[in-house]
Amino acid sequence: MTNPNDPFDLRELHNADIPLPEGLESNIAATSLSRIYNWSRSRSTWPLLFGLACCAIEMIATASARYDMSRFGMEVMRASPRQADLLIVSGTVTKKMVVPIVRIYNQMPEPKYVIAMGACASGGGPFKEGYNVVSGIDKYIPVDVYVPGCPPTPQALMHGFLTLHKKMEGQQLFQRNSTPWYSRGPADEVPLPVLGPDIVDPRQAEILRHQAEDAASQPEPSVEAGD
Amino acid sequence: MTDQPKEIIANPTQEALESLSHFGDAVQVDDRTNYEGLVVDRDSLVDVALAVRDELGYDYLASATAVDYYDYGDYLEMVYHCYRSGGGDPLVLKARTPRDVSTIPSVVSIWPGADFQEREAYDLMGIHFPGHPNLKRILLWEGFEGHPLRKDWLEAYYEEEHKPFSSRWPGGDVWRSEEHNPFGRNVKYPEGFTLDQVHDVSEEDHYEGLNLDVDIQGGIHTDRLVVNLGPHHPSTHGVFRMVATLNGETVETLEPVMGYLHRNHEQIGERNAWAMNMPFTDRLDYISSMGNNHGYALAVEQLMAKNNVKGFSQPTERAELLRVLMVELTRFLNHVWAVGFLLNDLGAFFTPALYAIWERELILDFFEATAGSRMMCNYMRFGGVYKDIPERIQAQAAYENDIIRNFETMSFLRELIFERLPRFVDEFDRLLTQNEIIISRTQGVGILPPEMAIAYSAAGPILRASGVPYDVRRAQPYSLYPELDFDIPVGKNGDVYDRYLVRMEEARQSVRILQQIYPRLQETAGMSVFGLDSYSPRIPDGGESYGRVENPKGELGYYIVGRPGKEFDQNPWRYHVRSPSFINLTAMEEMSKGHKVADLVVILGSIDIVLGEVDR
Repeated sequence: MTNPNDPFDLRELHNADIPLPEGLESNIAATSLSRIYNWSRSRSTWPLLFGLACCAIEMIATASARYDMSRFGMEVMRASPRQADLLIVSGTVTKKMVVPIVRIYNQMPEPKYVIAMGACASGGGPFKEGYNVVSGIDKYIPVDVYVPGCPPTPQALMHGFLTLHKKMEGQQLFQRNSTPWYSRGPADEVPLPVLGPDIVDPRQAEILRHQAEDAASQPEPSVEAGD
Repeated sequence: MTDQPKEIIANPTQEALESLSHFGDAVQVDDRTNYEGLVVDRDSLVDVALAVRDELGYDYLASATAVDYYDYGDYLEMVYHCYRSGGGDPLVLKARTPRDVSTIPSVVSIWPGADFQEREAYDLMGIHFPGHPNLKRILLWEGFEGHPLRKDWLEAYYEEEHKPFSSRWPGGDVWRSEEHNPFGRNVKYPEGFTLDQVHDVSEEDHYEGLNLDVDIQGGIHTDRLVVNLGPHHPSTHGVFRMVATLNGETVETLEPVMGYLHRNHEQIGERNAWAMNMPFTDRLDYISSMGNNHGYALAVEQLMAKNNVKGFSQPTERAELLRVLMVELTRFLNHVWAVGFLLNDLGAFFTPALYAIWERELILDFFEATAGSRMMCNYMRFGGVYKDIPERIQAQAAYENDIIRNFETMSFLRELIFERLPRFVDEFDRLLTQNEIIISRTQGVGILPPEMAIAYSAAGPILRASGVPYDVRRAQPYSLYPELDFDIPVGKNGDVYDRYLVRMEEARQSVRILQQIYPRLQETAGMSVFGLDSYSPRIPDGGESYGRVENPKGELGYYIVGRPGKEFDQNPWRYHVRSPSFINLTAMEEMSKGHKVADLVVILGSIDIVLGEVDR
């Protein structure tokens, strides 16, 4: 019904229950605020120009002529996190790199979305057992969409984009748990991990303390992690 | 792999031993089975290295790495692969040190190219190098506990020494490591460690010792300024980082900081079986995965030949043809990609890159149809390739309306090799080479003189743009390259513009090679491409081998060591990657000094790094 070639056709926004004068269907839309808000947000999601590893090459391929993510209003890739809505974690997250990633995530304005692109960002991937590899970025920051693949093909990444758009369209503007960024007060920041003898997540301070106490109370050497 | 008799390989060692006889017992032949080279007493290493460089002419240090002979020998060994910049076989030097207090004198004063490689050995193996100008961790951060490539260092997700793990195969008892880790993640801490002991020094050390005085010239005061680029920066080609000191706008010092993509390739490789490493090599230089496969296949094939593995034979002609076909297509796509993104760094945002990516997509279609994946091809095997090329190239999901991709492979290749690719290079050439902005931004920028390029162990287009005609395909030929007709393009000035020209010309030469390969592919149709019983070899007597190929980025080498014994024959004991991107960065500071800060990204772009290979 909608004419895809007409950018001003508003029929896709219109709530079909409300009758409109004949002949004006493509010019007038009666709709809810949430709908128009989600519609505009999902059609101009600006990703951060941020590549980590192999998946970034496929992300570049997605942005280029053959796959062309500007079809989804996503071609404006910003190099500054302050101007970006979407963080595509495209590649292996190492312990050394997770600190800047969390910092970048904290610098992005709300509402912000995260796509974990590829096996490594989703769960460590082939490098999971490596001593410098974080097994999935979701251990540190919340993830909206996981895209499987090593690397995911551009088609798979685009499917991830569409899934994200679908998710965005389900947001309810006046429900605080659906759009928490409109609550009072600043958003909570993710605490920055610290590089010590191994990477330390401040949120795990409690477990660390328990471990240290256990080690102090038991004279025999503790069991090697992973056994 | 041409038929090079063993005597030729053994010759440099004998010849060197005679010339170095005045060192007496300090220089001995490495007499372990399937090993080669000279074992040098570490106290006289620097003197021997100087003699090797100046008297014997081995001026090019390709690779320096360490091996931990933990429970068979109980020592650490540094291995140096030295070449003559005129070509020929290597002279391998080795120096040993005890494991507890490990020191080996630094050879940076002789081969400055050893700089980053010694830092890596210090970082991952814990060897100290007295005499090294800047010995600190390079891939991990200051404060990391332990040296992870030592055999007695166990990672947080440690299960067993070697794969396949007995819990998984044949038992099939699969469990997830994080369920067994108290933190639910890939971490482990020293006993009794608490959060208040954390003192993050990883940032401070990059800025330590920088000279930030005010400079007064002709009455003008200029502050020195530290500029940090990366690891999140659109022009660092990934998660690379540079810390530069500027005087006004001029770069005075520059320190590359890496390790943000250090994904433990070597340690994972030492747990894996031989064949399991092939897909991991794809992820080293992820733009040219086929080339990475080739180097690793050559290294293991050399070791298999030394061990007389039963049933092993060199790849058939068709397998070699397919290898060269894939590798040269890879070289082409890598070079046009590199040029496209160099233009990105110059400010021509994305337009030249878009042209380059389109040609790349066509080549990737062929890779996908043949190997099953666009980027991570995992195509080569020891003794051949995984599969012959298919008859038709089709869309992966054949929808009714998807009529775009359905070609006969050979006619697709013919069109690609004889028409599209040559036409594209010419078009790119017309678009860019005489462009005034490109010329004024790149000529005279980032100059690396030839003797410097050799000293810094630069490789690939960087080395050749400086005027050194060194290409592994000619200097130490392998595969079918002796039979093929192609030129080695060489630059004159060693600046960014020459590197660009060398890359364009190499892309042309690749097309020339492909045009020689194509008719032979038609002749050999139907010939087998893999001759062994099994993809996964067993290497009973161990030994070492160094397989090197000319990858698009430069010399890619694999140094592998097998341990003798039945329980060790499936896995490498040491698996080291000599990565061209990593070592080419050693010369980065030298190239950047005295240039403006805006030229930094251009110089970096002209080195053409891929972070998967820099950090491994």
